[in-house]
Amino acid sequence: MPIIDAVLGDFFWRALIGGLGVALVAGPLGCFVVWRRMAYFGDTLAHSALLGIALSFLISVPLNVGVIVTCVVLAIALVLFSRSKTLATDTLLGILAHSALAIGLVTLSFMPDIRVDLTGLLFGDLLAMSRNDLLWIYGGALLILALLATLWRGLLMSTIHEELARVEGVPVERLRLVLMLMFSIVIAVAMKIVGVLLITALLIIPAATARRLAGNPEHMVGLAILFGFIAVSGGLTLSWHLDTPAGPSVVVTAFSVFLLVYGSARQVQA
Amino acid sequence: MTEALVELHRLTVSFDNRPVVDHVDLRVQRGDIITIIGPNGAGKTTLIKAVLGIQSVSGGSLTMAPGLTIGYVPQHLTLETTLPLSVKRFMLLSGRSPRECQEALAKTGVEHLINASVHRLSGGEKQRLLLARALARKPDLLVLDEPAQGVDINGQAALYDLIRSLRDELNCGVIMISHDLHLVMAATDKVICLNQHVCCSGYPADISHDPAFIETFGRPVAESLAVYHHHHNHSHDLHGDVVSGEHDDAHGECTHAHH
Repeated sequence: MPIIDAVLGDFFWRALIGGLGVALVAGPLGCFVVWRRMAYFGDTLAHSALLGIALSFLISVPLNVGVIVTCVVLAIALVLFSRSKTLATDTLLGILAHSALAIGLVTLSFMPDIRVDLTGLLFGDLLAMSRNDLLWIYGGALLILALLATLWRGLLMSTIHEELARVEGVPVERLRLVLMLMFSIVIAVAMKIVGVLLITALLIIPAATARRLAGNPEHMVGLAILFGFIAVSGGLTLSWHLDTPAGPSVVVTAFSVFLLVYGSARQVQA
Repeated sequence: MTEALVELHRLTVSFDNRPVVDHVDLRVQRGDIITIIGPNGAGKTTLIKAVLGIQSVSGGSLTMAPGLTIGYVPQHLTLETTLPLSVKRFMLLSGRSPRECQEALAKTGVEHLINASVHRLSGGEKQRLLLARALARKPDLLVLDEPAQGVDINGQAALYDLIRSLRDELNCGVIMISHDLHLVMAATDKVICLNQHVCCSGYPADISHDPAFIETFGRPVAESLAVYHHHHNHSHDLHGDVVSGEHDDAHGECTHAHH
């Protein structure tokens, strides 16, 4: 169809459509990040995405695959390490986040033949969204939404009270792994739009904004998606007109909405 | 029904080769109320977590009646305030029908809070909500970890009365942990005093004279309990007012002794 072709032929529209796809899954997952206090954890996974990119170049696999696999491996390592309780979780996360980022950067510097737009990877790039990326984003989004819909009650219950959920037969550990897998996918697909360093912001800020107005968990998820849409479309428009970097523009828009909502709306008592 | 709901035989749970629960035998039948008491670190919570199936067992055996439904009332309901949640939604997440949830809330006396946020409940209301959630599952076995924590003294008595009447109504078995020795002695059927191993067990009247009990809790405590041992013929509501006993029938032979 010529209309669709014309839209997808324009890099701005590609970026916008991709960004909205990312916001669609960043909403619900961002709520879980906020509910389960996983902000720092998300940051660590996002930082490890750069290591994933470096490794993908080393062994020549698609970037998205490399990032997802690296994030999943790191997530499982984190869960196992944090069980041993020799180091506090935040210390452990701090070590792994920055080490993964640093190892990624060092590895990339060893490959001078490969041209990598580092600023684009770290802060997002409006121009970088390809049709192939759109397929990844919407494929990933579809998978995540399907998983969320199927596992919703168990995920919510194990977030509210883990032991109670266990006694009621919820497979808490398996759900935790599924959640990690979903985070890894989101990080891999969101990287292009907002960049490795700002992915957590796209997860947390819309969800935190939604909390102010939400009366139940699903309501909060819906609002988080809406605020994510506003952040992405506002941010990319800003980036387009003022030639600002895409990721920071999206985050600045999300933050403005956050300030607006917290400044004007009364807290919903729920 | 003399068939055991749960039977533990020489059950042992060890952390780093140090036994926290050591060779515990325990048998719970329908209608039993068994209270586990013991000093801090005695392994009380570990023991009930093993019964609940959320703590792996290092030795001995744990046999459950087939198809057993367990209702669990955890020690605290610490909820993340970032998660908006109403009492109704929390109940419905048990997977039971709205009618069953409402009935369970009515049984524990918090039906009026159905539309309230769980974040705005008092300690006593939270415990009653947790109890209602356990009841909605129509449990064969009710497991409570310090149900009266964060509840004032009169509310505690009311809560224990409620647990007893629920036991009568559901004909379920009850295992609970308690710190309130005085209430336990007055309210329970059988007491197990745990200090890694079962140091003594039996009826409240007997146990306070048991040398092992006296050794664990000290003579002053044991003696005060022997004095305090009595049944109430009235109960208190959450505000501490005397409620003319709706449980009088069950305890008709008991008379009120003065404190």
